[in-house]
This record gives sequence, C-alpha cells and structure tokens, in this order.
Amino acid sequence: MKRMIVLTVILFLGVTIYAQETSERKKLPSVNIKTLDGQTFNTQNIYNDGKPILVSFWALWCKPCKKEMDAYNENYEDWQDETGVKIYAVSIDDARSTAKVLPFVSGKDWEMEVLLDPNGDFKRAMNVNMIPHTFLLDGNGNVVYQHTSYYEGLEEELYELVKKVAAGEDISKH
Amino acid sequence: MKRVLLLVMTVLITGSVARAQFSEVIKRSEVHGSFEFDGAYYMADEGVGITDSMINGRNFAFNGFGKITYTLGKFSAGLRYEAYLPPLAGFDPRIEGQGFPNLWAMYTSERFSFTVGNFYEQFGNGLTLRTYEEWMLGYDNSLNGARVTFEPVKGLLLKGVYGMQRFYWTPYTKNSRGIVKGFDAEMDFNQVIKGMSDSKVRLVLGGSFVSKYQADQDPLYKLPRNVGNMAGRMTLGVGRFNLSTEYAYKINDPSAINNIIYKAGEGFLVSATYSAKGFGLYAMFKRYDNMSYKSNRAVTANGLDINFLPPNTETHTYMLTSMYPYNTQPNGEIGFQFQLNYKVPKKSKLGGKYGMGIAVNYSQVNDIVRDPVNVPGTDTTAIDLPGTDGWTSPFFKFGKRIFWQDFNIEIDKKFSKKFKGTLTYMYQTYDIATLEGHTGAPVVYSNIGVLEMTYKFTSKQALRWELQGLWTDRDKGDWAALLVEYTVSPHWFVSFSDQYNYGNPDEVKRINYYTGSFGYTHRTTRIAITYGRQREGIVCVGGVCRAVPASSGFYVTISSSF
Repeated sequence: MKRMIVLTVILFLGVTIYAQETSERKKLPSVNIKTLDGQTFNTQNIYNDGKPILVSFWALWCKPCKKEMDAYNENYEDWQDETGVKIYAVSIDDARSTAKVLPFVSGKDWEMEVLLDPNGDFKRAMNVNMIPHTFLLDGNGNVVYQHTSYYEGLEEELYELVKKVAAGEDISKH
Repeated sequence: MKRVLLLVMTVLITGSVARAQFSEVIKRSEVHGSFEFDGAYYMADEGVGITDSMINGRNFAFNGFGKITYTLGKFSAGLRYEAYLPPLAGFDPRIEGQGFPNLWAMYTSERFSFTVGNFYEQFGNGLTLRTYEEWMLGYDNSLNGARVTFEPVKGLLLKGVYGMQRFYWTPYTKNSRGIVKGFDAEMDFNQVIKGMSDSKVRLVLGGSFVSKYQADQDPLYKLPRNVGNMAGRMTLGVGRFNLSTEYAYKINDPSAINNIIYKAGEGFLVSATYSAKGFGLYAMFKRYDNMSYKSNRAVTANGLDINFLPPNTETHTYMLTSMYPYNTQPNGEIGFQFQLNYKVPKKSKLGGKYGMGIAVNYSQVNDIVRDPVNVPGTDTTAIDLPGTDGWTSPFFKFGKRIFWQDFNIEIDKKFSKKFKGTLTYMYQTYDIATLEGHTGAPVVYSNIGVLEMTYKFTSKQALRWELQGLWTDRDKGDWAALLVEYTVSPHWFVSFSDQYNYGNPDEVKRINYYTGSFGYTHRTTRIAITYGRQREGIVCVGGVCRAVPASSGFYVTISSSF
C-alpha cells in the first residue's frame, strides 16, 4: 500500500513536470532576503529595466557554484556590453558563513550583485533542491529558463540563450 | 493519512476540471514544485566488514520528497510529501515512514504577511530561533502554527511566531513537546531615518525574544515551565568596514543536554570585515555557554532545537579535508577565525595572464573555563552536577582543552584557456574524543594536501582530477585519495574516485573505498547513479552533523523542479 502511494505521487509529479515544461512563465515570488550590508532586500526588487536577468544560487562551500560564478565574472563585461544582462548571485550560506561572503566576493573581485539568503527562504520559494541552480529571466521578469549543475563550458550555452532573450525571442521551446 | 491524500487528489483534480470553466483564475494562478529521490541498494561487502546478516533483508532504502506550491495573487499554499521506506543508512530511524509533514497557507501583501501551518524562520543569526530544513541531514524543525510579519514603517520589520515544532512523525498533541512563541524586530536606520538615507554609515539594529512552554512532569526537580531566550544584534557598515554582532541570554533551562543544571546560557558572536577590490579580510570571535535550547528538554541528538548555534570554522568539501568535521558544542565553546582573500592581479609576475587567487584561513575552538559553584544544602562545590547552578565561567577566558584548530591555505590559478588548478594545504587539530564521542581517544593532528586540476579538451568537454593525501599517526592513520571526473556540457558527467586508508595501523583495515558515478542533467532534472563503497564518516551542515556508517552498493539520486 505504502509503495503504491509513493509510486502514484511520483507518477503524478512526473506528469505535472512535463505539463509545466511547456509553460514556464513565472514571476519571482516576494521574499525578504538581505544585501551584503545586512539590509533587507525584497526579491520583487530584482530588476533590470527590460533587459535579461540571471539569478544564480551558490554558497561558499559549493565548488561548482564558485566555478560557475568565476566563469560568469570573466565574461560579465562582454556580456553586459552586448546584451545588458544583470547577474544576481544569491548566497545560501547560513549564519556560519554569511559574514564571510562579502570579504570572499571582494577578494575574488566579482562584479555581479550578491545577495544573502541565510535561511533558504528564497531558495525554497524558487524550488531549488541542489545548487548551483541558475534562472534566466526575460525583460518582463518572467523565468524563461533554468538549469541545475555546472559543467565547464556551460556558460557559453547559457549566453546563447541570454542573447536570444535580449533580442526578444521566445526560448520556451529550447 | 488516506483522507489527506484523497483531499489533495480531489483538490488537484478539481483544479484541472475547473481549468476549463475558470480559465481566468487559472491563467493567474501558478503551480510549482520539486522532488528528490535518493535511493540505495545495499550489498554485503567483506572488504568493508558488511555481512548479509547486518543488512538483514533491508537491501533497498530510500529518502524521497515531493513538494507543490500553489500561488494565486497574494495567496499561496503548499504541501510536501515525504517517504523514508526505510530511510538510508545513517539517518535517524525515527524518520522511517511516510506522510505529509509540511502543509501551509500564506497571505502576503506589501507590508503584511500571515502564514498558517508549517513555516521556517530565522531571527538574526539564529541564537534565539532558527527553524529550517536540511535534506542531507534529515533535519527539519519547522514550526507548525502561525506567523505574522508586519512592516509598519518602511525599514522596520516586526515578526511574531507561535507553534509546535516538527519531531519526525509525532502528531502535534498536547504535551507531546513544548510550545514556542517568539517575537522579532529589526530596524534599518538608513530607511527609517530620513536623514540617513544617503549616509555613508549603514546601521541595522534588531532584537528578539523567544519563549518556550513545557509542563513540568519531573518527580525530582522543580523545572521551569517557561524558558525565555532573548537577543540583541547590530550590523554596522562604514566605508570598507563592516561589523556584525549578536548577544543572546537564555534563562535557566535544565535539560538532558546540560545535565539538568539551572545555569543561565549566553551566546555571543562578533565579526568584522574589510573589503577592497581584490582583497578581503575577515575576523570573528564566538562564545557559547550553555546555549542548547530545545522545545522538549528530554530530547538529545538532533531533534527539536529551537535555536541554531553557528560554528566558527571553515566548511571543507574535499574528501580528505572533510574527514574530520567540526560540530558545535552547545554546553560551552569559545573560538575565533581569521580569513584573508586576495586576488593577485592579472599581468603581474606572480599572477600571470589571468591572475591568481590566494585564501588563507585559521580557526580555533577551545572549551570554556568552568569554575565550581555551591551545591545547595551542602558545604561543597562542584562543576556540572544535576540540580545545581552548573558552573561559572569568566567570559573571555579560553579553556585548556582545544577542540579544534585549522590552518589552511588555498591557491588557485588559471594557466591557460584550457588549464587551471587549485592547490590546498591544511593543518588540523581534531579533538576526536569530544567531537565524535570516542572517549579517551587521543587528539588527531593531521596534515592534508590537495591538488586539483582541470583540463578543457574543447569548449564543452573537460577532465578534472584531484590528488589528496592526509597524514597523521593517530586514529586511522594515513589516507590517499584520487578523483577523476569527465564532463560534457551541458548534460553528462562520469567520475571515479578512491579513498585508500593505506596507513591504518591495523593491516586488515587498509581498505580501498572506491566509487564510480555517472549522471545526466537536463535543465532542472538531474539523475546520478553511483556504485561502490562509502567510507564511514560524518556529514555536517552548519555544525549540525549526522554519522554515516560504511556501506557498499548502488546509489541513485533523481531530482527535479518545475
């Protein structure tokens, strides 16, 4: 009986996932997180004046996340010149290391805007299970693409999508 | 349980039927969610000392969850289903079972929010209250009740919570555990005080008060039914400097964790940072004295913690640097940490074409000093006797016993477009008797080295390898480890790793813990399969740990979100 319930639920979720894949329109939920200065920042203020936005979840203890951020940082200037994309890097480090995020980011000379989500409120609201997890938003603030995991070279493919979004193309079929 | 499932199914199916008729409502509503399935097939393995009788027929095990969130304008609701049938090795056996441990509904407007059901919340750094969930640990101390947040003036945020915490599958009946009530206020001076909005000084002040109520059913001691825990905090930023501090005071809270003493508890954190382009400095000091705060005073292990005591040590992630991890000692610990992050500039002699990163970190944790107190009704003094005030402890004194020392340096450099590497050295002092409960075991001193290199064949294919060594003449002796990973962006990875305990003083225990994995990722869906041996170890997140026994077999992880 128990196994039946489990299988039904998994099946149901599986069907729901495929149903959702065709319509990914989603605006960001309203969650209060923090800036690097410890001031409250509401996620509704994630904004880039009609241009694409990347929201990426990372943590000091997540090596692939830091590699992904390094890759974005290396290309950020060029990407911004071409598409005006803005990157928000949301750290889910808990109180053990939230205070270390600012000196780490400075020491790495990262250019993107870093936010702090110490209790995982934004992470939970965005249904992030494993990090790294990156979201691409179009000019209207809708999530049009997201992926988890980072492999070397992934940023190139992601940038192709950013360019399409900047040009106003619909990438939901990708 | 069946009724809840039926109700959920009905609501969801009705939703799809209503789809046709209430298209307007449906257009504005959104359904999102995620799920994860971690399964294992355990096998006997003589090399690791696992026999069929030890597995006892429980070859298959899995931890799984599925959650759905429904949003319509200002209203949202969600549920989470979990199943551990049976739980994976190393998870608390009380988690076995299945059901809907998390159900909630929320209304949010610009200045106000109201939540009923299960929710997660953190006040400040968590010294008074932190409810959170950590899937890797099997940890979930969510509050089941109600929460209100209110922002009367922009920049002043008030929060109130009330409820009972989740404890595995125990129903929320009266007296099953304590009731938690809490209040938090945080003021951002730069937003509240008009004159400060453009100031170079950034100031945030906050305070919280949490109280737990638990009936006193003890025949021997008179236990306090209401125990309050209060804290004040401040974050101050001036130019490149930042200072963050929090002090918490908990009144008498005799419990199983502190051996039933009536001493008050204190927690103190202070950290200072300096940031400049390519350079970051961090220093922090921390002290906990009798700060365990659970909503059931009889519970030990990882259940029902109301607060969270952040450790002050670095989180290590390589196989061998994470072999001896730190776990917080709530009854007393005092420590500090320093970190320096520096980017050697590009085009400089040392930096090369792409620059070089240097990170140096040192942390240390000692026991606090404990002085004896009077034993009531006698002429004697004692430390940590039940029914007494426990001890007194001079605030800034470091006790003789060192729980932990960690010096590490990490250098990362990109040599060319195709080739980059990281070199790490770590020296560690690990009081295994205190941190893992191996009474009488001597302190482990170890040197650890890691060399990690990545080579990109093409823009999409890369090979990464790690060579690691741990050298010590205590505990299990020396280790060597190797990891090789081949990735094809954006979908595939394949990897092989081996940890070899070549220096174990007992020749029979010089075991190879080898694993092979491969996985596929597409957008948010990830599937990974691993075969091999997991060595016995400890998984820690934020200083909270769970022990993992050695195991052998197949492991599968499937995860997705929508």
